[in-house]
Amino acid sequence: MTPAPARSRRRRLTQVPWLLAVPGLIAVVAFHYAPVTVGGYFAFTDWNGIGGASWIGLDNFRTIFSDPTARGALLHSLELAICFVVAVNAIGLALALALNRAVKTRNFLRLVFFTPVVMSPLAIAFIWRWIFDYGGALNRVLSTVGLDSWKRAWTGDPKTALASILVVMIWQFSGLAMVLFLAGLQGISDDIYEATLVDGASGWLRLRKVVLPLLAPALTVSATLTLITGLRVFDQVLALTDAGPAGASATLATEIYEQTFFELRYGYGAALALILTLLITAIALGQIVVLRRNEQRL
Amino acid sequence: MGLDRYTRGTFLREIALILVAIVYCLPFYLMFAIALESTEQTYRAPLALPSPPQLGNFAEAWHTGGQSGLPPAFVSSAIITVSSVVGLIVLGSLCAYTIARRAGRLSNVVFALVVIGIILPFQLAVIPLFVAMLHLGLVGNYLGFIVLNIGLLMPLTVFLYTGFIRALPRDYEEAARVDGAGIVRIFARVVFPLLRPITATVAVFIGISIWNEFFVARIFLSGSRHETITVALYAFSGENLARWNLLFAGLAITIAPILLFYLFAQRHLIRGFTAGVKG
Repeated sequence: MTPAPARSRRRRLTQVPWLLAVPGLIAVVAFHYAPVTVGGYFAFTDWNGIGGASWIGLDNFRTIFSDPTARGALLHSLELAICFVVAVNAIGLALALALNRAVKTRNFLRLVFFTPVVMSPLAIAFIWRWIFDYGGALNRVLSTVGLDSWKRAWTGDPKTALASILVVMIWQFSGLAMVLFLAGLQGISDDIYEATLVDGASGWLRLRKVVLPLLAPALTVSATLTLITGLRVFDQVLALTDAGPAGASATLATEIYEQTFFELRYGYGAALALILTLLITAIALGQIVVLRRNEQRL
Repeated sequence: MGLDRYTRGTFLREIALILVAIVYCLPFYLMFAIALESTEQTYRAPLALPSPPQLGNFAEAWHTGGQSGLPPAFVSSAIITVSSVVGLIVLGSLCAYTIARRAGRLSNVVFALVVIGIILPFQLAVIPLFVAMLHLGLVGNYLGFIVLNIGLLMPLTVFLYTGFIRALPRDYEEAARVDGAGIVRIFARVVFPLLRPITATVAVFIGISIWNEFFVARIFLSGSRHETITVALYAFSGENLARWNLLFAGLAITIAPILLFYLFAQRHLIRGFTAGVKG
């Protein structure tokens, strides 16, 4: 189809030159694509920051998978991310559904639940470090209710260090999932909702067959965002456990930091970071594709 | 009609939600309470109300936090946040305007590259960037860190602006174009004012992200004279883990401004976080 001449002249008139986009695009390339490419190259070298880098193939990755600390860091990141995504989205969805209609204080409650999201994760984690401390709030509450045998240094115990990080992350980010779901619920028209009421559908059926499918776009965004947050967790780990005890709560991000900027093993650190990058990119893109397909089917 | 009726069930749901909200706020209560307690009380009865309140904790944290007190860290964070946000708004809106107004495959590809840029984690990029910027003398100073922030957050900024501009009618620009105005002038005089809502969202949302950022700030500014609030707090915690009241006073000082800011700008903040849902 050929456009009418008048229309094509009109289009030329409104054409914006790419030149305006150049500074921004240079920033995107120079601070994302170029360093990710160079970092990806580092991952296959033994570079330590001084002198030259020599190509060592997959050696860094072999070291990572045979080193218990690095393997642990990878495992912990995955565990944290998966538990985090499930818990945060379940809680967020429950809050959003509970707040969605008729509740008089809904705006105020939404404000309250969202507050931790805008705080520095580092500062938040320090508050919780005290709550989990041996002399802290949690143990004092346990004493009061007669559960002294449960008392422990939560962040210092290898069995609970990771779980305490998870609790803090869930507390901080459930409000984010809630707000994303609330935005999704706003898109569901009253007509659809009322139609299901007229049909006499039960609450559960209504939720499963009507509300959840329509929330799929919000779920796509929320799951992707929280998964990336979970995989990259750093601040909370440093503030709560310092990746300890003995690496029991190390994550990919803390191990990358430690190996690169303390041990100055740039090549090895880059290999760890490359694993994190591939994980996040693959999962995020895969999630978007799968959920988009589901959205279309519904 | 029947949807918004306030039933007994709604009332019970509301009560339950309020109880959950109170529990949710306990960590904030604890922070402010302990910040006001004497060291002795933090070990004896930390959960009780501070008696008598020790306002001196705040003064001590204010003067001893970080390398030379918290004030320089506040100044650093403010300079870095404001400069980075201004740079991001100027360059990001121009870039997004071009992407949004150019139809065609190239524009789609460029936009896809920008979106992938949001997903790519900093952790890998930061290693070569650190080495390169160290050689250029851009580590440990304002200029380097501001440029770094602008680069790292450009994809997110462009993404937010592009979604908004695509939904913006072209009539005003076209009228200005017919009148013979140049493209830069049209953008500055006609388009940019129309972007005010999204500019506010970007400023608040990106600003908070930069203010709270720790991983990159620690790598690039730790030990320099320009440490940000989060880097100073981390150093402060290392020295004061046995004196929770002092650490919590420091935390309260750094959290309070964000808390106030949030109360005034919540609409923009929430919109920043939810922009992806509708896009």
